[in-house]
Amino acid sequence: MPQQLARLLVVFAVFTGGLVVTRHLLIPKTFGQRGHYRAAAVTTIQVRPLRYAGREACADCHADIVGLHGKGRHQTVSCEVCHGPAAAHTLAPVENQLPAPRKRAYCPLCHGYDPSRPTGFPQIDPVSHNPMKPCITCHNPHQPEPPHVPEECGACHGEIARTKAVSRHALLPCTQCHNTPVQHKVDPRLLHPDKPRNREFCGQCHAKDAPSPREIPRIDLATHGGRYLCWQCHYPHMPEVD
Amino acid sequence: MEKPLSDNPGSQEAICDSRRDFLHTCSLAAPLLLLALQAKLVRAFAASEPVYNPREHRYGMGIDVSRCIGCGRCVDACKNENDVPREPFYFRTWVERYVINSGGDTSVDSPNGGISGFPAITSEKGILRTFFVPKLCNQCDDPPCVQVCPVGATFATEDGVVLVDRDYCIGCRYCVQACPYGARFIDPRSRTADKCTFCYHRITRGLLPACVEVCPTGARVFGDIKQRSSPLARFTRFHKIHTLKPHMNTKPKVYYADLDEEVR
Amino acid sequence: MEPLGEVLKQVQGYIYPNEVELHWSLLIVVYPYVTGLVAGAFILASLVRVFNVKELQPTYRLSLLTALGYLIVAPLPLLAHLAHPERAFEIFLTPNVHSAMAMFGFVYAWYLMVVLLLEIWFDYRKDLVLWSAQEKGVRRWVHWILTLGATDLSSKAVRFDQSAGRFITIIGIPSAFLLHGYVGFIFGSVKANPWWSSVLMPIVFLFSAIVSGIALVLLLYVISTLLRSKVVDMLCLDKLASFLFYALVVDFSLEMLDFIHRLYEAEESIGILSQLVSSRLFLSLVILQALLGTILPLLMLGIISPALRGRGSLKTPDELRRLLYVAAAALIQVGIFSTRWNVVIGGQLFSKSLRGLTVYKMQLLGIEGLIVAGFLLLLPLLLLLVLIVLLPPWPEAEAHLPEAA
Repeated sequence: MPQQLARLLVVFAVFTGGLVVTRHLLIPKTFGQRGHYRAAAVTTIQVRPLRYAGREACADCHADIVGLHGKGRHQTVSCEVCHGPAAAHTLAPVENQLPAPRKRAYCPLCHGYDPSRPTGFPQIDPVSHNPMKPCITCHNPHQPEPPHVPEECGACHGEIARTKAVSRHALLPCTQCHNTPVQHKVDPRLLHPDKPRNREFCGQCHAKDAPSPREIPRIDLATHGGRYLCWQCHYPHMPEVD
Repeated sequence: MEKPLSDNPGSQEAICDSRRDFLHTCSLAAPLLLLALQAKLVRAFAASEPVYNPREHRYGMGIDVSRCIGCGRCVDACKNENDVPREPFYFRTWVERYVINSGGDTSVDSPNGGISGFPAITSEKGILRTFFVPKLCNQCDDPPCVQVCPVGATFATEDGVVLVDRDYCIGCRYCVQACPYGARFIDPRSRTADKCTFCYHRITRGLLPACVEVCPTGARVFGDIKQRSSPLARFTRFHKIHTLKPHMNTKPKVYYADLDEEVR
Repeated sequence: MEPLGEVLKQVQGYIYPNEVELHWSLLIVVYPYVTGLVAGAFILASLVRVFNVKELQPTYRLSLLTALGYLIVAPLPLLAHLAHPERAFEIFLTPNVHSAMAMFGFVYAWYLMVVLLLEIWFDYRKDLVLWSAQEKGVRRWVHWILTLGATDLSSKAVRFDQSAGRFITIIGIPSAFLLHGYVGFIFGSVKANPWWSSVLMPIVFLFSAIVSGIALVLLLYVISTLLRSKVVDMLCLDKLASFLFYALVVDFSLEMLDFIHRLYEAEESIGILSQLVSSRLFLSLVILQALLGTILPLLMLGIISPALRGRGSLKTPDELRRLLYVAAAALIQVGIFSTRWNVVIGGQLFSKSLRGLTVYKMQLLGIEGLIVAGFLLLLPLLLLLVLIVLLPPWPEAEAHLPEAA
């Protein structure tokens, strides 16, 4: 073997040997036990402290409020949504009092009108809805049924109400087209308002020979729109015409 | 109805629930109690095998886009629960608002991740459709972040949750680059990668992730994919499901119902 | 948090909230730039050794030392950029075999230990032995240690040096390709990022590396020769310029292929990427990288170098030609640095939501700032100076065996 090669081999052997030994010494103990990671890291993450206790924990002491809350419209809203993380409170209730939001600004986080919110989700206009009054003067947040049945459909159907208000149908009351059972305003999911079912319904105003004011646009029910029902092309709350 | 509303810390004599009284009496011993309880918890999970077996679970989350009201309670709860920095650049979960105009152009915003709601839309004219979309780590079955981590500091556990080992992360940020969803950030305090863990410390104790716990409308559904009778199983059975960026082939375990094509 | 707040104000469109912080900054621009110079300088050396391009002999040892100087610095920007540099050794402890980045340590170690150091050692061994015999003091000891005690100067041993050196160069060429192709792969394999994700990325990186390496050695050769008040070998310089021209043609063609391919496929990301190029990257990509860094040097070299026609399309006096070569090589350095900038920073200026653009606020101070980056760009030249003092690459410094002298 040439001298150079022999010397190089010694250098390489020392180097690789050193690397292998240090590697063996330094690899964390639990590495590779369950996969290419430190199994100990999973335990570290698992034992992190809790901040939110979970709604079940509240019932232990606050059975009365939890019971009330469980019957109302806010039953899907966990206690800690409004009262904040409660894990510390469950361990030391007096030292760790939980806040209860009482300001008017809080409720609109969910119930302020926003067109991006799903249609039918109860929304109010924070500017015009009983201005200045804290929400809790009329609504018990644990059972937020309004003190009286809403007069306007817009209390819940804000998006539709707003759209309709600037449309050609602005002056039509909702009940012109929707027969609304009284129960719907008390328990909206129980009974639904109905909707028009045929072209003739719109024809009551828009057919050629309809007994309605002259300025209302007319169409020939027999030929206009062919096979389609009126609302398949026109949105009745904002009837586009073009 | 009046009574609970006028309830304040000063009128506690009014409360006569005996268990509550008991706790009040015990309040002097509260710090001790706290220590004892925490110690019990830690013990239970230090020897976690008999209590929690990761091989028996496979977690996922369903998100019903049409239920999200953009209140941002999930974002807030996530930051509380997981001690995420409050600055507007670090989020384990956030909510986006999409506004698609009839002209076809789409605008998206997420001011401070939506943590304190969204500013009112000034003009509704020209809006074709608009909605909120909660985002978080997709807990991919084929996670690019795990693939690229040079040292094995981010990994998928046996129950399918992708976690970060903050005592081992070298802070190279390759995982941040590799995540198609922008779900990762570098925690400025530990200078290591961080992201949603599905609240691993909660779910392994049988609790819900904080965001699911506080979602007021049930837009977030959490459950076990392996279980046929979980809320998640029901969710995926009765909705048409879409995942984010499916062409990336990352196989997310966050399932969206009613997702719009504009959402990326 | 103030800087991030500033960034937030300048965001255009929508970016994911976690994208406000830009994660790979100036140091990660320096890293592929420096690595590219290593690979390029080595490929140039192999032109002499393996492909017997005799005209380039004067640059052989210089390019090897240049490659070494830059290779030693190459991992430093990476290390400095890590949030936990003290944990960097974990890459050797528990490398994730699926991670392109984990392989860096191994590719680097292979290239440094097996290729570059060995080739230099075999090439210099004879000189080291002779130097240590003639010299006194510290130099004598340093040179003697560097021989590793292998002092055999028999003609058989010297022949072995030569064939070993040649063999290592042959391994070295694919290794140099690997070193820089691999850096391209780190970016090219990120499927989440449409600006990076391209199968062409490694090969584009490679050819731009060759371009930058040849241009650097050309600069260093002219400067060092003038500083030593020697005559610049114009035959060598013309040859260097010709190879620089060829490499630049290939590099430019690949870049154009990538560009046209993206434009023609017009995938989902095309809208935001066009915005990126025409706004945030206009200066660094269109002006610096394409016009000043590629097209202008291409024209200069094409006209004055003998690459296309026997003695150059335009006959120029040596002095002028030398000046123009230096100017072209300097422009190319600016262009290639911009290329690295456009890849690394450009790839992070748009949101993965493809809906918005952000900005990069370069820091002056701090570990990721301009000063550190500038220092890391100067450091290889300082190292090169030390190497030149230690292992003079000039022909007149070469020691000769007694019987040949």
